[in-house]
Amino acid sequence: MSRKSKAKSKANGAVQKVIRFSLDGREVEALPGETIWQVAQRHGTSIPHLCWLPEPSYRADGNCRACMVEIGKERVLAASCIRKPESGMEVSTASKRAVSARSMVMELLLADQPPQEQAHDKQSRFWHQAKEMGVTSSRLPARKKKEVPPADFSHGAMAVQLDACIHCNLCVRACREVQVNDVIGMAHRGSEEKIVFDFDDPMGESTCVACGECVQACPTGALMPTSLMNEAGEGARQSERQVDSVCPYCGVGCQITYHINDEKIAWVDGREGPANQNRLCVKGRFGFDYISHKDRLLKPLVRRDGAPSKETLLESPDRSLLMEHFREVSWDEALEAAASGLKNLRDKHGGRSLAGFGSAKCSNEEAFLFQKLVRTGFGSNNVDHCTRLCHASSVAALMETIGTGAVTAPFTAVADSDVIVVIGANPTENHPVAATYFKQAVKRGAKLIVMDPRGQALARHATYMLQFRPGTDVALLNAMMHVIVEEGLHDSQYIQAHTDGFDALRKHLRGCEPETMAQICGIPPNLIRTVAREYARADASIIFWGMGISQHVHGTDNARCLISLALMTGHTGRPGTGLHPLRGQNNVQGASDAGLIPMVFPDYRKLDDAAAKMRLEDLWGKPLDDDPGLTVVEVVHAIHDGDIRGMYILGENPAMSDPDLAHARGALASLEHLVVQDIFPTETALFADVILPATAWPEKEGTVTNTNRQVQLGRTALAAPGDVRADWWITQELARRMGLEWNYDSPADVFAEMKQAMDSLDNITWERLQKESSVTYPCKGDSLAGEDIIFSDGFPTEDGRGRFVPASIVPPDELPDEEYPMVLSTGRQLEHWHTGAMTRRAKQLDAIEPGASVSMAPRDIERLGISAGDRIRITTRRGTIELATRSDPAILEGMLFVPFAYVEAAANLLTNPALDPFGKIPEFKFCAARVEPLSSDAPESLAAG
Amino acid sequence: MAHSSNGQHTSKPRPFPKGRQTPAQARDEIVDLLGESERNKEFLIEYLHLIQDKYKHISAEHLAALASELKLSQAEVYEVATFYHHFDVVKEGETPPPPITVRVCESLPCAIRGAGRLARELGAGLDADRVRIVRAPCMGLCDAAPAVMIGRRQVGSASVESVRAQVDAGLVDIDVPRYPRLQDYRTQKGYAQLEACRAGQRTVEEVIEMLTKAGLRGLGGAGFPTGRKWSLVREHPKPRYLVINADEGEPGTFKDRFYLRSMPHRFLEGMLIAAWAVEADAAYIYLRDEYPDAYHVLQKEIRVLEENDLCPPGYIQLRRGAGAYICGEESAMLESIEGKRGLPRHRPPFAAEVGLFGRPSLIHNVETVTWICSILEKGAKWFIDQGLSGHPGLRSYSVSGRVANPGVRVAPAGISANKLIEICGGMAHGHTFKAYLPGGASGGILPAKLGDLPLDFGTLDEYGCFVGSHAVIILSDKDSMPAVARNLIDFFKKESCGQCTPCRVGCEKALELMRAPKWDQQLLDELSVAMQDASICGLGQAAPNPIRSVQRYFQEEIS
Repeated sequence: MSRKSKAKSKANGAVQKVIRFSLDGREVEALPGETIWQVAQRHGTSIPHLCWLPEPSYRADGNCRACMVEIGKERVLAASCIRKPESGMEVSTASKRAVSARSMVMELLLADQPPQEQAHDKQSRFWHQAKEMGVTSSRLPARKKKEVPPADFSHGAMAVQLDACIHCNLCVRACREVQVNDVIGMAHRGSEEKIVFDFDDPMGESTCVACGECVQACPTGALMPTSLMNEAGEGARQSERQVDSVCPYCGVGCQITYHINDEKIAWVDGREGPANQNRLCVKGRFGFDYISHKDRLLKPLVRRDGAPSKETLLESPDRSLLMEHFREVSWDEALEAAASGLKNLRDKHGGRSLAGFGSAKCSNEEAFLFQKLVRTGFGSNNVDHCTRLCHASSVAALMETIGTGAVTAPFTAVADSDVIVVIGANPTENHPVAATYFKQAVKRGAKLIVMDPRGQALARHATYMLQFRPGTDVALLNAMMHVIVEEGLHDSQYIQAHTDGFDALRKHLRGCEPETMAQICGIPPNLIRTVAREYARADASIIFWGMGISQHVHGTDNARCLISLALMTGHTGRPGTGLHPLRGQNNVQGASDAGLIPMVFPDYRKLDDAAAKMRLEDLWGKPLDDDPGLTVVEVVHAIHDGDIRGMYILGENPAMSDPDLAHARGALASLEHLVVQDIFPTETALFADVILPATAWPEKEGTVTNTNRQVQLGRTALAAPGDVRADWWITQELARRMGLEWNYDSPADVFAEMKQAMDSLDNITWERLQKESSVTYPCKGDSLAGEDIIFSDGFPTEDGRGRFVPASIVPPDELPDEEYPMVLSTGRQLEHWHTGAMTRRAKQLDAIEPGASVSMAPRDIERLGISAGDRIRITTRRGTIELATRSDPAILEGMLFVPFAYVEAAANLLTNPALDPFGKIPEFKFCAARVEPLSSDAPESLAAG
Repeated sequence: MAHSSNGQHTSKPRPFPKGRQTPAQARDEIVDLLGESERNKEFLIEYLHLIQDKYKHISAEHLAALASELKLSQAEVYEVATFYHHFDVVKEGETPPPPITVRVCESLPCAIRGAGRLARELGAGLDADRVRIVRAPCMGLCDAAPAVMIGRRQVGSASVESVRAQVDAGLVDIDVPRYPRLQDYRTQKGYAQLEACRAGQRTVEEVIEMLTKAGLRGLGGAGFPTGRKWSLVREHPKPRYLVINADEGEPGTFKDRFYLRSMPHRFLEGMLIAAWAVEADAAYIYLRDEYPDAYHVLQKEIRVLEENDLCPPGYIQLRRGAGAYICGEESAMLESIEGKRGLPRHRPPFAAEVGLFGRPSLIHNVETVTWICSILEKGAKWFIDQGLSGHPGLRSYSVSGRVANPGVRVAPAGISANKLIEICGGMAHGHTFKAYLPGGASGGILPAKLGDLPLDFGTLDEYGCFVGSHAVIILSDKDSMPAVARNLIDFFKKESCGQCTPCRVGCEKALELMRAPKWDQQLLDELSVAMQDASICGLGQAAPNPIRSVQRYFQEEIS
């Protein structure tokens, strides 16, 4: 109870009295916390400003002095952006003294600016401000040539031209306080003061992660996207039109604004969405030129008769051979070929001989149509998507224990958290904007506990960093729970009121003393105790996890432990508390909600739920299959077994993303009929019989649901190129040709039908999304905001209680041995999205991470007798790849980390397809491997397919 | 290598994560240097001193290792290290400075005594591989101008010969001053006042009353009544801190150095009484790095106090500045103690409410607390009677420039420049009194004809001047006023923290305008007003004072 009341008082804050003061002779009232500038703005008086950026998270710094006002008899003027009014104060914004001080400030700054006609940003905030103030020239001498800082073009995406810098510090605040990347500093002092990256290093060689927040904040063009400038470094941030949308990359769901010139995306700004408040990461800001990459599929393709064997195309790195295998055809011919192939197999071998992989990169509407096609057109539940490869085990555990497949709180809830646990996740790389909120919370005083076998950027901010042995999550988490129960730190009242099965768990935990578990996980018992106490005792603790938890044969067990931790301490359902699996793809939440899952219908309704089934059968007018379909990895086995003969794959790339790729690619090659719908000839498309070119995200309209359960609207920014069509249109055409009478005119039509099938969309309408851009589900009224924090009064289980499910220690499937002594883990990198299909075709992202590398402990590299950067061969029981080494002290000795985006050294040739029994997710995070150096003069070889 | 997806890139993946890596050896060296104690970001400047002292510079490797040891980013340590002039950050591929640094004071009292020529000649005459000459701001030896520092050794009345001789003799460390030790001080009733306070023989209210009646004011320059300051701080909740501003950097000021070197216990006792009065959790002394001898004395005597149970171990925190005049500005000083760049804070809130580490803080100048014991011993009336009519008390005037015998002169408050010249043995031989600076570099300039004005807080406002830290620099007919003003503005330009536009850019542009034989007076006037009105702190607000004074009193030299 005390917790609740405390949380409440936190939210309400102290009651503040109203402040009345005089503004230019007018009596005005200030809202609590408002500055003079803000009050003036609210009353229609715009005071000039440069270093003040009235945007979320930007603190007023009061340094530029362009906003000075005169206050009563005060000796000097005051910066209105930072000064708060007091009762009875007499403020003059337009006094002669204030105006002339402001003008002189502009004149001082203008003296050293490059002339506007040669400006880096001719449309900068600075020039607009100067014009408004009527200061267009300066009487003051410009600094000497030798004192002008030279330009720094070392970064591909951003140009640094400090000759235009006015030292307003906004980029420092952007980097340090908003994104908390801490790369930019203000070094030296006085007139020698200078914006620096790290130790005054070239930006491109610094620790900069290219989030571009500084570029968005810079008022002068001293920091500019290179894409907007000519070779002389001149340009203008000016666009013909702007379209608001959502970022197509990760599950954070940042809202963006495309700036469009000449029907091309000129640049992208972050918009004030609920998940990003204007922030973006490198992908969302600089990763959009993939849509015009030369590899883009612009015409439907059909495999040539007598084309070379399917595998040969993959072995040849150059897509120019594509047309030796395929020929361009009309949409009619392509759709006919695609549909008839599927239809024939269905009619000959039954619906279960077909399977479909939809995509978490497409919209909710497209996902919904896709699963509808499989369930009603193919006639089975053989529909799955990449959720199987990322959070299937988390969803399994969440469904089993608390009856939900989504997070209980958004990641922005950390603003109210006292303790934040991040386990098996590397959010600065994979959910960069979510990570900014974590880092901000730490700055505010929250404690951060990071648990991961691999070190990471967040470790610098962590109060505790637990680098446990890979695959020992359950041991570590059970030990923490043991401490909590042993020391009586659990919340008995909460357990009694809201949960079931605690006694069994308590009994189960008896054998899990930290001393014993420390032997397994490698974390000292005292540290386990400390973090257990911190988590349990805090007023508000929250847990975030990623694929380090889920991608194990014990992934579901891992997640069960995290859920038990939260349940036993009552850390859910209140501000600052919760369970949050950080979802990977932009729409993995929505695609799962929409039913791209073989064992449930939309909204996770069970296949044996008669009412749910009847509702869908009524809605769709087709009988539905009772039996669960096959999951991603099971489909691959079923192809090899001859049970699956044809597939429709939309926007997925199993030829890169599946474990044990040799096996998976072999399966794809042996399909009798494969239809692939995508924007590029992906590795998977190379195995296709028909390739259908689809629109890229900026070319289409649709909703996506982010990790926070926020349903957001993506709007069309550009016309589709060539003969490209929207995914929903293509799916509908296939459905029609397979005998279904579909007649959707637009994504809005589809959304309307989804609402009939999915209660989770109650009170969320297309019109509302057009207006508000984002609505969180569940939502209890059409004029109410959706619910961020859920389950304060129980869970959507049958009895309303959360369930404790004890987890025993299961070792990883393939432990290191003499032959394969190292542990290989795979994952992503900041710059590359999933299998790299988009990001490796984005110029700036590719420039930052141009090739495959394996991250290793420096000492392991030494032991191989090679230097960092030298190439090695990695071999597992399934395959071999060759790639460059990267020496990274964050990696534990004995471990290898390989990102899976690189076809030339595809990590998944190595990975173990062993599955978690509940979530059916493969163990991407652990397999045994061996390494050997390659002689430096050996020709660089590509991995065998 | 071309890969199948893209085929256009040729560069290889980075062999390391982004940015500069920390070599293992540098990491080991930093761990050794910092020892076992818990890492604390607040000590960043102290850690930087450890590196600079040991290696005579701070290499990028060491700086990177320090950052990672403190869990700070590289930018966070770099911006602090480069803010302070006493740290030599040496990046990869750069040459570290030679082992010996000779700093030549170029502030006004030394400048008019040939510091410029001395620096030039030293530069030409010394082995550049062994010694480097650095022009530096005031080092508090204005009564022995020109002054230099050879390593940590302060040398007055320097000449090329004397500097060369000491460099050759390897005399680069401090000269330990002679001063009364604890037992000596004890024999003169030392610490009796503190003990009386602590024993309850005096109440805080009584002491405040007494100091208020005596008219004791803050002698760092602002002149805020001491008793009232204590009451104000006491209004705010604990924990509270006491902070002593011993960053005496105002050119021409050297009184605090005098007290710290000659009567450290008198100062420490006064400080502990102030700490007692506001029930401070800790007492911080922020001492400028230009005074290594005073640092030595304080470090030693603080340990003596701890050993003699006069204060708990660690209660007095002695912190070293690192070469930044701006850190004498009290809020910049607080930032510096917290391990950051010395940027003045916006006010309100004031330090009495939100001070060190965000806590209510009592901030005092060295001289101010040094007077406390005398007042408690001899009474408020005694103190009042020491001053001239309407100007209670004694003040320590730092007199420098063109007088026969410059030095610290303890004299009645309200004394005039003419009187001070007399006390100092008259003008130096061959010099005629022409002008004077009543309050160091920032207090403006007055002509000799106003030499009878009483020098006290508030008495010079109407003349566009202030007495500040009571640093009186006497100028003569041999001194060009525009040159004097340029020297002062150059000082402010170099010492501006750079935070706000009017000061950072204003000083720079003003200096350019003042280089013209005929000043653009209209423009300089507008600029001066903007600097005064719109700068964040006293530095920028006072920086144009010399310009305005020259315009007001010495028109003939600029038009």
